[in-house]
Amino acid sequence: MAIKSDIIVHRVDALVAGAGGAGLRAALEAGKQVDTAVITQVFPTRSHTVSAQGGIGASLGNVEQDSWHYHMFDTVKGSDWLGDQDAIEFMCREAPSVVIELEHMGLPFSRMDDGRIYQRAFGGHTSKYGTAAVHRSCAAADRTGHAMLHTLFEECLRCGVKFYNEYYMLQLITNQGHVCGALCWDMIKGGFHLFHAKATLFATGGYARVFTTTSNAHICSGDGASLALRAGLAVQDMEFLQFHPTGILGAGNLITEGVRGEGGFLLNALGQRFMETCAPHEKDLACRDVVSRGIAEELRGGRGCGPKKDHVLLQIHHIGAETIMERLPGIWELTKVFAGVDCTKEPIPVVPTAHYSMGGIPTNRRAEVVVPGADGPETVVPGFYAAGEAACASVHGANRLGTNSLLDLMVFGREGGRRMAQYAQQNETWPDLPENAGKQGLAEVERLVNGGGGVRLGPLMEQLRDDMERHCGVFRTADDLEQLRGKLAAHRAAYAKVGVADKGAAYNLDLIEALELGHMLDVCQAICQGALARQESRGGHYRDDYPQRDDANWHKHTLALLEPDGQARLEYKPVRMQPLSVPTIDLAERKY
Amino acid sequence: MEKIVFSILRYDPEKDKKPHYQDFDVEIRRPGMMILDGLNQIRWEQDGTLAYRRSCREGVCGSDGVNVNGVNMLTCVTHITEVVKKGRLVIQPLPSLPLVKDLVVDLDDFFNKYFTVKPYLISKTPPPHRERLQSPAQRKKLDGLYECILCACCSSSCPSYWANPEYLGPSAMLNVARFVEDSRDDGADERLDMLEDRIGVWRCHTILNCVEACPKSLNPTQAIATLKKLLVQRRF
Repeated sequence: MAIKSDIIVHRVDALVAGAGGAGLRAALEAGKQVDTAVITQVFPTRSHTVSAQGGIGASLGNVEQDSWHYHMFDTVKGSDWLGDQDAIEFMCREAPSVVIELEHMGLPFSRMDDGRIYQRAFGGHTSKYGTAAVHRSCAAADRTGHAMLHTLFEECLRCGVKFYNEYYMLQLITNQGHVCGALCWDMIKGGFHLFHAKATLFATGGYARVFTTTSNAHICSGDGASLALRAGLAVQDMEFLQFHPTGILGAGNLITEGVRGEGGFLLNALGQRFMETCAPHEKDLACRDVVSRGIAEELRGGRGCGPKKDHVLLQIHHIGAETIMERLPGIWELTKVFAGVDCTKEPIPVVPTAHYSMGGIPTNRRAEVVVPGADGPETVVPGFYAAGEAACASVHGANRLGTNSLLDLMVFGREGGRRMAQYAQQNETWPDLPENAGKQGLAEVERLVNGGGGVRLGPLMEQLRDDMERHCGVFRTADDLEQLRGKLAAHRAAYAKVGVADKGAAYNLDLIEALELGHMLDVCQAICQGALARQESRGGHYRDDYPQRDDANWHKHTLALLEPDGQARLEYKPVRMQPLSVPTIDLAERKY
Repeated sequence: MEKIVFSILRYDPEKDKKPHYQDFDVEIRRPGMMILDGLNQIRWEQDGTLAYRRSCREGVCGSDGVNVNGVNMLTCVTHITEVVKKGRLVIQPLPSLPLVKDLVVDLDDFFNKYFTVKPYLISKTPPPHRERLQSPAQRKKLDGLYECILCACCSSSCPSYWANPEYLGPSAMLNVARFVEDSRDDGADERLDMLEDRIGVWRCHTILNCVEACPKSLNPTQAIATLKKLLVQRRF
C-alpha cells in the first residue's frame, strides 16, 4: 500500500485546530506572542463560518439605546436558563469591543446613513428586559460570515500566522492528563504529522451534518467532539441541537433570520400568519426553537403548503425589490438557485433545518477545557482550549440566539488565544509526548485503508442521517429515541466493515469521509442517549412525552463520555447561575 | 429513470502516467440535482476513488470550481440540466493549474499571487475609539468586489494567465480593487506600484473570460479597468 507510517514531528508553542472564525481569531491573538500554527481541513476561507448570513450581536446601540445587560438577559432567557451566566455576562460585555475591532481590521459592514455600522432586528433580541424591540445584529448585507472570515484571514496573513491547509486531524494527543498536541494527515500528499504543542485549541466547528436536512457544510461532522471523547474527555449538552426555522425546502440551505428581521413573515396553507398565535408578542421574531416548533405544529396539523403539505412559506417581497437586493442579495441568489423562486416576487418554501450545535467540548469562560473535579468543582485540562461551535462555554444553553454564534467565535476565540499564549509563556518546556504518540490515529487510518470490508460508506452515512432526522428531530419521544439507539448500534457494527476504496495517499477523499463517518457515529450516540435521558422539554430539546421544562430534576448540564463498546455514559453538572458582576437572572417562565 | 453521462478526467499521481477520461452514469433521482450531487452519487455508489473538493454546497466557500463542458463553474450551485449537452457532461479540473488528483488541483500559485497584493486593510491613522465612519455611498463601492470566494474560476479561465506564469490574474487584482476602493484604506499607492508592469494590470487584454466564469457574477475585468484608470490618473 502507498501509505507510509512515518510520523513527521513539528514543535510549536500554540496549535489551533480549525480555521473558521474562532480558530482564526485565536491564532491572531496567540500569534502576536508565541509561535503559533493552524491546522485546517479546508483552506481557511472555505471554513463554515463563511456561510453565516445575518450578523453578529453587540449592544452598540446604533439604532436605539441598548446595553450589554439587555443582551445578557435575552441570552439567558433564550438559553432557557441552561446557559452559564458568568460566561454569558463575559460574552455580552465583550461584544461591542470585538465588533469595533473587526471594523478596524476592515470588515465591510453595511452602514447607516450617518456612517455607523448597520444593525438589524433578530429573533429573541430585545431592549429593556424583553419590553421593547432592538436592532442589535451588526451586518454586512447577508454575508456577514463571509466578510468576517475573509477579514480575519487577511489579518492573519498580515501578521504572518503559519497555516497547514488541508491537514485532517486524526487524534488528540494526551499524556497523564495533559494535552500535548495532535496527529494529522496531510490530505494533499498523504503522510502523518504530529504537532507537539504546549497549548492546543479546538475550533473544529459543529456537528449538525448528522441530520439529512441541514444547513451545514460537508465538513461539519463533529470531529472535535469525537476526538475529545476518544481521548477520554466528556462532551456537554450534545442533545441540544438547534433546528433553524427557515431552511430551503428539499435542500436545507439556510435562509437567514435577517429576512424576518427585515420584515418577512411565515404563512401556512390557509394564508395565516400562524406565529401570531404561537408567540403573540414576538411573533415571527421569537426564538428559533419556538418558531421551528410553530412550523412543525402547522405541518403536523395538516396546514402545510404544497401538494405534500410539507412546508410553509416565508414572504419577504412586500418590502420591495430594491431593499431586498440591498440587504439580502445572497438570499435572493440562494432562493433562485435552490428553490427556483424569485423572492422579490414570490414567497420562499421553507422547513426547519438542523443548524447549530449548542453542545460541544465543555469549557469555562476563559475557553479552558474543563472536566469534573474529584469533589465536584471543575478542573482545567492543562494545555487544552476550545472555542466557537466546537465548544460549550456554555453561552447558548438549550437554544442559541441568532447573531450570538459569530459573537461566540470572536469573544472566546480571542480569549482562548490570549490564554494559550500566556500558558505557553509560563511553561518553558513542552509536555512529554506519551510513548507511541499518535499510534491510535495512525492505526485507525491503516485499519480503514487496509481493511477489506465490503460496506460502502455513502449509503451508510445517508441512512445514519435519515435515522437521526426521523427519530431525533424537532419533536422527540422515548419510543423514537430507543429505536434510534438500536439503529445506532447496528450502524456502528456496519461501520466496522466499511472498506475504503481508495488505497492511495494523494487526496484520498474516501478515507476522509470514512473517518468523518466514525466521528458522526460518536456524536450521534451522545446526542441520542442525552436526549433519551433528559425527560423534559427545554430550548432545542422537545420531548412530546415530557412537554414541560422540569427545573427540579433537569436544570443541569449533561456530560457524555464514550465507553469502549461505543455506548455513552452520562453524568451531570450544575448550571453556573452566578454572573461576574450583576445579580443572577432567576429561573422564570420563558414566553415570547 | 433518466441517466446522464459524467465524463470525468481522472488522474492518480501514484498510478497514472497521464490523465484519461472515464464515463459514469448518473441517475437523475429528483428535480434540481446539482453537479455535486452527481459526483457524490458516483463516489458513494460506484467508485470511491474519485477525488474532488467540496464543502458548503451553497456557493460561498469556493472549494468546488471545475470546468464543465468547457466553462468554469462551481459544482454545488450548477444544476445538471442547466449545462448538460446531448446527455453528457465533460468534467475537468480547472484549466492550467497543476493536477493533484482527479478534479483536485494545486492552488498554491493562485493563492501566492493573492497573498502578494497585500489583501488586507492598510490604515495609516490610529483607529478611533468607536467604528470608523463610512457613508452608505462609500460602502456601496465595495459591492461587487468584497464577495470574491477565491474559487479560482476566473484566473484559471484567463488566456493571459495561462500564457504568462508571472501574471497576477483577475482574482488577485479584483482583491486589490476591493481595498483600493475602500474609503478606510491608505494603501492604494503601494498596491498600484505593484501592478504597473507586465505582470500586473497591463497584462489584462479584456478577453472577459473571467466575467463569464465568475460564479458570483462579479466583474474582475471592470475592477482591473478601474485600477488601470487610477494608474493613468496618477501620472497626469
